[in-house]
Amino acid sequence: MIRLLRLGFFALIVRPVLLLILGTNIRNRKRLPTTGPAIIIANHNSHLDTLALMSMLPLADLPKLTPVAAVDYFGQGAFGWFAKHIIGILPIDRSGKTPRKNLLDGAIAALDEGKILILFPEGTRGEPERIATYKKGVAHLVKARPEVPVTPVFMHGLGKALPRGTYLFVPFTCDVFVGESWTYRGDVNAFMERLEERMSGLAARGNFPAWE
Amino acid sequence: MNISTPVLYAIGAIFGLLILATILVWWIGKNKPGDASDELMLRIKSWWFMIGVFTIAMVIDRAISTIFLGFISYLALKEFFSLIPTRRIDRLVLLFAYLCVPIQFYWAHIGWYGMFVIFIPVWMFLFLPMVMVLQGQTEGFLRAVGTVSWGLMMTVFTLSHTAMLLAEGDLSNGIAAGAGLLLFLVFMTQFNDVAQFTWGKLTGKHAIVPSVSPKKTWEGFIGGAISTAILAAFVGPYLTIMPWLWSAAAGAMIAVSGFIGDVNMSAVKRDLQVKDSGGLIPGHGGILDRVDSLTYAAPVFLHFFYYFFIGGRA
Repeated sequence: MIRLLRLGFFALIVRPVLLLILGTNIRNRKRLPTTGPAIIIANHNSHLDTLALMSMLPLADLPKLTPVAAVDYFGQGAFGWFAKHIIGILPIDRSGKTPRKNLLDGAIAALDEGKILILFPEGTRGEPERIATYKKGVAHLVKARPEVPVTPVFMHGLGKALPRGTYLFVPFTCDVFVGESWTYRGDVNAFMERLEERMSGLAARGNFPAWE
Repeated sequence: MNISTPVLYAIGAIFGLLILATILVWWIGKNKPGDASDELMLRIKSWWFMIGVFTIAMVIDRAISTIFLGFISYLALKEFFSLIPTRRIDRLVLLFAYLCVPIQFYWAHIGWYGMFVIFIPVWMFLFLPMVMVLQGQTEGFLRAVGTVSWGLMMTVFTLSHTAMLLAEGDLSNGIAAGAGLLLFLVFMTQFNDVAQFTWGKLTGKHAIVPSVSPKKTWEGFIGGAISTAILAAFVGPYLTIMPWLWSAAAGAMIAVSGFIGDVNMSAVKRDLQVKDSGGLIPGHGGILDRVDSLTYAAPVFLHFFYYFFIGGRA
């Protein structure tokens, strides 16, 4: 039942709204992974990021798509239920109650099940359309499963459409740049350097108007 | 089904032309594979898409056609707002600008000409800066108010004239009705784009405004305009109540204004340093690249027709 609700939510609400009202402009869509296990890494500007990313893959892949998000932010109420079951997030506990070494267990298990994880290593939506420093958790995850391909995605525009701290939705075209995937080699720091290099490379391909 | 015979035949003829063009480009592509034929094929595919949607909208109902035209206008406005520099504080103003789209197309749909011509140039021209100034940020105010108002005029006000053609034409364009007027405008505008491009390719030597659009030449412009006027002389009496000479004049005006609309958008893109304005239709750049000629041709043609065939007769 919930699976059907989730499918309906994406097929009848999210996708039409994104396609007709917002409009996404995706470069190199074919680089997105369609089989799991895989990891998609994106910059985070808006609540819409997750939905937009999930809509870029075929609807048939929806059961595989698992965005990773902080459990404390979404809480236990209706919002939390919605995030967990309809969006299908995999919660990560930032509070410190979970021992550090077990934090990624859920994510690793999901990869082992063949899921496609969506990660926002900035950890926060932060200042719209500005990249915060990436957290290293993602590198530790990939270190645990080094054969899993990582695909970087840079998005622009959603932070203008629905930035943090407002419910006023204003349409802007969303530009998406999909980078080439790679797998973990070397160490955590080398991975992070590579990630930052790829993301800034993708960002540089856009010619974005000023937004002050 | 409330479509008239002349319009039905005209749509049939356009389908015939497209089939011919598709075969031709397919044949060119087979004998001379390359970027040029790929590009042409993409363009033709887009025309198929456009004429398909257009036909469905026109055949079903005028309200559906108006909603479709309004949606195109919305996409153009959104593309424009996404291309220009904007201020974070103006998000509310932009939202109001978007809300103008359904309202303006509603005025067109009910045929309230008086409100239709003043809603954006007067009411929104006064209202949007008011909202903006009440937000209290003066830095970048003039640029913001200028770009937002201009964008609204260029994408919503001008393109809503297509919907007004439908409403006015139903009352005063005889048997071909509004659909005939709109089809005349859109077909002539598209034909003129192709004709100017072809004449330019074959004979073009002297650029008109090289700093804006180096490929636009006097030869292409004049050749295209004459071709369009001649075709209009034949098509006009069939799709509109205009006699052949008036139709030719309308065709020439559409050709000239379409050209201005085209270079006008090119100047905007040059200023913003973008090549294509978006990626909605394959091979056709963005939606603004598709409607650039119409932004000038639609109001010019409506007011030409209004003045000589509606106002003059009343």
